[in-house]
Amino acid sequence: MYAFEFQKPTSIQAAVEALKDDEAQALGGGQTLLPTMRQRLASPGTLVSLSGIAEMRGVCRADDGALCIGGGTSHAVVAQEAAGIYPGLAGLAARIGDPAVRNRGTIGGSLANNDPSACYPCAVLASGARIITDRREIAADDFFEGMFTTALEQGEIITEVRFPVPEASNYQKFIQPASRFALVGVMVAKYAGGVRVAVTGASEEGVFRWTEAEKALSDNFAASALKDLTVSADGMIADMHGSAAYRAHLIKVLAGRAVEAAA
Amino acid sequence: MTTVTMTVNGREVSGEAEPRMLLAHFLREGQRLTGTHLGCDTSQCGACVVHVDGRAVKSCTMLAVEAEGAEVRTIEGMANQDGSLSVIQQAFQDHHGLQCGFCTAGMVMSAAALLADNPKPDEREIREYLEGNICRCTGYHNIVKAIMAASGQDVSAMAAE
Repeated sequence: MYAFEFQKPTSIQAAVEALKDDEAQALGGGQTLLPTMRQRLASPGTLVSLSGIAEMRGVCRADDGALCIGGGTSHAVVAQEAAGIYPGLAGLAARIGDPAVRNRGTIGGSLANNDPSACYPCAVLASGARIITDRREIAADDFFEGMFTTALEQGEIITEVRFPVPEASNYQKFIQPASRFALVGVMVAKYAGGVRVAVTGASEEGVFRWTEAEKALSDNFAASALKDLTVSADGMIADMHGSAAYRAHLIKVLAGRAVEAAA
Repeated sequence: MTTVTMTVNGREVSGEAEPRMLLAHFLREGQRLTGTHLGCDTSQCGACVVHVDGRAVKSCTMLAVEAEGAEVRTIEGMANQDGSLSVIQQAFQDHHGLQCGFCTAGMVMSAAALLADNPKPDEREIREYLEGNICRCTGYHNIVKAIMAASGQDVSAMAAE
């Protein structure tokens, strides 16, 4: 790892100030950024740790019923504290990485990184969640802009994520056991206004909504509603772990399992 | 360089650290607590697991400066006051939960974190909790058995493999 300066502000405002430096990079739990820096694939001049900002941690319920999660909240805390409100989301958080990773990794860090195989982007998109930053609010549908790319500006910090709580939901993760990321993951969330289905790990464009399945499941929330649908292998990731056709096939299988398991 | 101060195994310690120094190096090289091992160096293997403020973390994937003011516990802090092995450590010995021993410090720290949250885990829960701890010798069976035994559960029906 190359040398860098380190800052640990205790307020969002101070962190925003520190991140105005072009060479500065925000540090969440570091579970992706530190290994990346150790491989010298990233070399920020300054790391601005967000772990000292108490107002960015914790889980609460908004007046409109939405589940609010501070951007600096660890996966382990979400797994525990969201379980009674949004079990589909808590179950997803409980299977990210491994226990030690979940104790450090944060929801804001995961979303800002937008790894094409990460779990949280799938939950945010399936829930139509709103990303709150230090300067604005971004709808989930506008946030993810492709592999490792988001609508965040330089130095913009995810301070909170607000999830509308669905009537029923489930996340199915077909795990890639060496990395513990999703080979493919599908989240299904049923709201009064319709069903949303998001897919991670499959597309070269990163997380996406499977709109045909959303229509079918909004009419009939049963795995059988998916039987005539197929997902094209065009644009799917192909690597040593699975071909494009295999991933496309998994999407339908996992979506069906998610509907059956939805609670 | 900055001075980092934290409590390690109940004792306040200070040391000079560059911002890029990992907690694992602070403990091993700064404090000479070499029981914490670095295996993969890529946060996969779990040999470096320690507790920070009561939670298991991979000390190769945390900066020492991030542990400023924290309560850190390492394998050196796991034995009983009189120096005898703790229940978990003794169970690893009794049930042959190690061979080469390289992963053992991390395994014991993960086991302690699991049992603090879940005092009577079943076999599946133990195996899930150890997902981030890799052992190249044992095939895990006797590690799982040791943790079951350490939690006071009867392991006489589990095969000795």
